[in-house]
Amino acid sequence: MGNISVVPFGPQHPVLPEPIHLDLVLEDEKVIEAVPSIGFVHRGLESLIVKKDYNEMVYVAERTCGICSFGHGMGYVEAVEKIMGVQIPDRARYLRTIWMELSRMHSHLLWLGLLADAFGYESLFYHCWRIREQILDMIEESTGGRVIFSVNKVGGVMKDMDAQMLGRFVEKLGDVEDQITGIRKNFLGDKTVQMRLRGVGVLTKQQAHDLGCAGPFGRASGIATDMRTRGYGAYSELEFEPIISNDGDSYARCQCRIDELFQSIDLIRQAASAIPAGDLFVPVKGNPDGEYFMRIEQPRGEAVYYVKGTGKPYLNRLRIRTPTFANLPGLCETLKGADYADVPILVLTIDPCISCTER
Amino acid sequence: MIKCPENELITIEKGELLSRCMEMKKSGLRLSQACAAFCDGNYELSYSFADDETYEYKTLRLPAGLDEEIPSITDIIPTAVFYENEMAEMYGVKIQMISLDYHNKLYRIEEEAPLLPKDAKSTAQ
Amino acid sequence: MSSILNFTGTLLKNLVSKPITKNYPEEPAVYPERTRGRIVIDIDQCISCGLCVRNCPPRCITVDKNEGTWTINRFDCIACGYCASKCPKKCLKLIPGYQKPGRSKAAVTYRKSEEVMEAERQKAAEMAARKAAALKAANEKKAAAAPAPAAKAAAPAPAAKAAVPAQTVSAAPANAAPAAAVPEEKQ
Repeated sequence: MGNISVVPFGPQHPVLPEPIHLDLVLEDEKVIEAVPSIGFVHRGLESLIVKKDYNEMVYVAERTCGICSFGHGMGYVEAVEKIMGVQIPDRARYLRTIWMELSRMHSHLLWLGLLADAFGYESLFYHCWRIREQILDMIEESTGGRVIFSVNKVGGVMKDMDAQMLGRFVEKLGDVEDQITGIRKNFLGDKTVQMRLRGVGVLTKQQAHDLGCAGPFGRASGIATDMRTRGYGAYSELEFEPIISNDGDSYARCQCRIDELFQSIDLIRQAASAIPAGDLFVPVKGNPDGEYFMRIEQPRGEAVYYVKGTGKPYLNRLRIRTPTFANLPGLCETLKGADYADVPILVLTIDPCISCTER
Repeated sequence: MIKCPENELITIEKGELLSRCMEMKKSGLRLSQACAAFCDGNYELSYSFADDETYEYKTLRLPAGLDEEIPSITDIIPTAVFYENEMAEMYGVKIQMISLDYHNKLYRIEEEAPLLPKDAKSTAQ
Repeated sequence: MSSILNFTGTLLKNLVSKPITKNYPEEPAVYPERTRGRIVIDIDQCISCGLCVRNCPPRCITVDKNEGTWTINRFDCIACGYCASKCPKKCLKLIPGYQKPGRSKAAVTYRKSEEVMEAERQKAAEMAARKAAALKAANEKKAAAAPAPAAKAAAPAPAAKAAVPAQTVSAAPANAAPAAAVPEEKQ
């Protein structure tokens, strides 16, 4: 029996981009218990339904998160469209899919950079973000915003990407692919990186299932669940397989996310070649009456949008369950038995997005 | 290969909640989300379970009165801890015996039950 | 050994290439054409219908029909472009170039030119006169024939408008006048 001590971790910590507080119970250098507490950046976005009608809520939903902003907007509008029985044009579905994948790429590259920073590989961090910048440029060129896309609306999308622009993006993505292949070698082949990641925070498939882990965090433990398989957007017409790993350690999580980058590039290529011509949106009349649970695959995993309308312009309930919310119990489990020095890496491997968790 | 079964909504009563959750857990579903809503003077609690293989989505819907005490499902499904704390904090749902109770301090909001309409008590039936 | 030399290529390239970052503020930032920077208004095209006011998610726009002004609090604006998509005259536009930060929030007011205001006043007056005439005709008809239920329902509203003298018609409720002005523009 060693010395038991409690170490507060966060809310301010160099590896944490956003505030989360963990009470770590340590026995010498080993963590034996972790109690998370959140609530430093709660903004009460869900309560805005009483002030904004369901069309304006698109912009509120988008601002849930700065990284997966497009996904939040998309999940919300798809839920409303489902309730109202709106069939959006095919072109809009494809455009949404392309933007969703671009946003997934920029999120994963951001995360890879942060991970590199967490294990002290600063130059790799800058390389990741340099690659990410090209994705952001594409996003800005096509939507007008680097972070908040604001292209979704109930019934379709507001902006178009013409064939010339798509061609340019696909060409540029080829270049990006080469660069990611370059950093992939550094992440997965480097000995020092492997020493920091291999065997750290192992979560078995059974554990991951019991803890309700979502997204790449669960897929790294062998849960082959990818909400894109549900075929929302244009995913029903594109070819892809969920990327899984069976190791369940930090290395596997890193590997899953890097491989998802290639998958995203592939999906964008497929979508760009198959995108049909047509309208961007259909006019929507009336108010949502009914409820629906929409699930979409965010960069961080399964996100649930529960929308309940009662036939009025103002919704009765909007509930956004973000992936990090589902991954918090998994995080606490992986922390148990970990070295204190590995805590920053483990906190990062769930790709925490605290602001969207608290909404 | 698309797997998109329709969402299933099962209305249950308070007494059934624990046994239904146990059933869901036994059949290999995972708790995907749980949330509260307030509609027509009553709470509507939703416990959604997802199947990772077939992508089925089953939601247990538990209507509850404003002062009704709801048993916690954290004994059966420990990960429900945050969801139940959220329900209790945002809507003031009285949930009994949460395994890790934050006592309305999960989000550190001063106001009690901020999402519950102010006139909820008077509209309650 | 190979794991150590992974970065050599990139390293050599970085040594000889120019920095990827820009020397901003000395070098100006180049925004793509679609950048949602700020909202601009072609004020003389504006018909003060108030659709942008009602559809602004952060409620940062105000319109005064009588004064012919359009006011935006740029510090509250989230540059979402929803008002621009709702504008019936397409006189709102998002252009590149962000709002500069400041010490306090301030609203910017745009005022219609005097000629446009004068023309609008005339149009409104004409419209009111026509309405009054139509109402008179309807009343005469009503007096002649048995009162139809539709005419009965329609009667109170125009009566209220017609009561306003022609010169001060611009003082009528802001949402009543645009309905009259829209068909006018199309003619």
